Amino acid sequence: MIHLTAPFTEDKIRALKVGDEVLISGVIFTGRDAAHKYLHDGGKLPAGVSFKDAIIYHCGPVVLGGNGKWKVVAAGPTTSAREEPYQGRIIKDFGLRGIIGKGGMGERTLAACKQNGCVYLHAIGGAAQVLAECIKEVRNVYFEKEFGSPEAIWEFAVEDFPVVVTMDSHGNSLHKDILEKSTAALAQRI
Amino acid sequence: MTVLKDSLIEFIRRTSVEIPDDVQRVLLRSLESEKKGTIASSALHIIQKNIEMAKSKSQPICQDTGSVLFFVEVPKDYDQILFEETAREAVTEATKLGYLRQNSVNSITGKNDGTNVGPGSPTFHFHQHRSPDVQARLVLKGGGCENVGAQYSLPIEKLKANRDLDGSRKAILDAVLQAQGKGCGPGVLGVCIGGDRATGYAFSKEQLLRKLDDRNSDPDLDKLEQDILKTSNELGIGPMGFGGGTTLLGVKICARNRVPASYFVSISYMCWAFRRQGITLSSKGQIENWLY
Repeated sequence: MIHLTAPFTEDKIRALKVGDEVLISGVIFTGRDAAHKYLHDGGKLPAGVSFKDAIIYHCGPVVLGGNGKWKVVAAGPTTSAREEPYQGRIIKDFGLRGIIGKGGMGERTLAACKQNGCVYLHAIGGAAQVLAECIKEVRNVYFEKEFGSPEAIWEFAVEDFPVVVTMDSHGNSLHKDILEKSTAALAQRI
Repeated sequence: MTVLKDSLIEFIRRTSVEIPDDVQRVLLRSLESEKKGTIASSALHIIQKNIEMAKSKSQPICQDTGSVLFFVEVPKDYDQILFEETAREAVTEATKLGYLRQNSVNSITGKNDGTNVGPGSPTFHFHQHRSPDVQARLVLKGGGCENVGAQYSLPIEKLKANRDLDGSRKAILDAVLQAQGKGCGPGVLGVCIGGDRATGYAFSKEQLLRKLDDRNSDPDLDKLEQDILKTSNELGIGPMGFGGGTTLLGVKICARNRVPASYFVSISYMCWAFRRQGITLSSKGQIENWLY
């Protein structure tokens, strides 16, 4: 088990390899469909918010409360593949170091991870309680009115948030390997 | 009708926070069978811990509380309109209580008013029966697994899938391959062979109401179910697509008549977070029994 603790520097990210189990501690930001399209199309982050050396989490949490007092009720990952058209450019433009999600991503994101020193961290889909428990503080929320609560950018402080590296910054993808192997295995059983 | 409303809120709560016993048993078996120390085994351990936490904290197993699908069997003089109106109120209330995420979005404007109620959501499938019972079943089906569902129109040359059971087998296994881990596997397939484009999917979802340990009464379909399950688990896709021996937990298949020109195979994929419950209601709207 590897502990990945903020700041998320390029050296720490480059040291991660496919198959590594990692516990993340530090600040992460949620962002899903609406946020990705917005940022890809030239949208700006609010003043004082930066994605430089940041980790973005593909997640639409269930959050109760408001006005600075929130309770995260459930917060597992959403399917990352939908962000494939946008992710590579956002990694490059904003300087992201990590993407947390589920299901993996495609060639363009893999190439952007290699080029810019970023990594794809697979959380367990559906494990909304285990993952919500790792969120120790809701620091802020952005674009809640514009995008709605699940699509907003939430800023979370997390501790020992469990993920698996499935796409590293050296061009390796577990998803690509499993797809190739399972395709071959199926061909033998048809 | 506050009695019925309260019952339906409890029904939604329990569906969202607890895994049915039949699914839990199969998940535990798969946890024991995955090789220790692998990431597949770690994933299943986290899944087990999550199931326990959701139940004890009375909070959603998964944040994507999904499409809210009611399947209701009613006697012939039952007021379906009242059930539907009350269920819509219960859904909104359950959302305020955090059992459901604000999950219903206007498809044109992108607005989410936070109530979980709108055109087409939740959905209701009413069936009349001759028994005096009111039986309601509820499935909360997350978007990730719904997105990997697929409908095949046979024949498909690329898959060498003809209009027969073997062709259906090839289509179903292709859907498993294409889904990889994206539908939050290990998953359960509900399949309909035949029907039209709309009913094919509707019947495939109804298959998800069957208990995982039941067997198909049709010997050909039973054989196909067992074969798809075994073959899928030999593909090495595994939990979350991490590799391993548990790609699926179950396969449920029905056949429906079709018109001569059409041969659809419709596949609904349900994630491991299989939120499905059922109740019988008394005439006053109280919960009498839990069905799973």
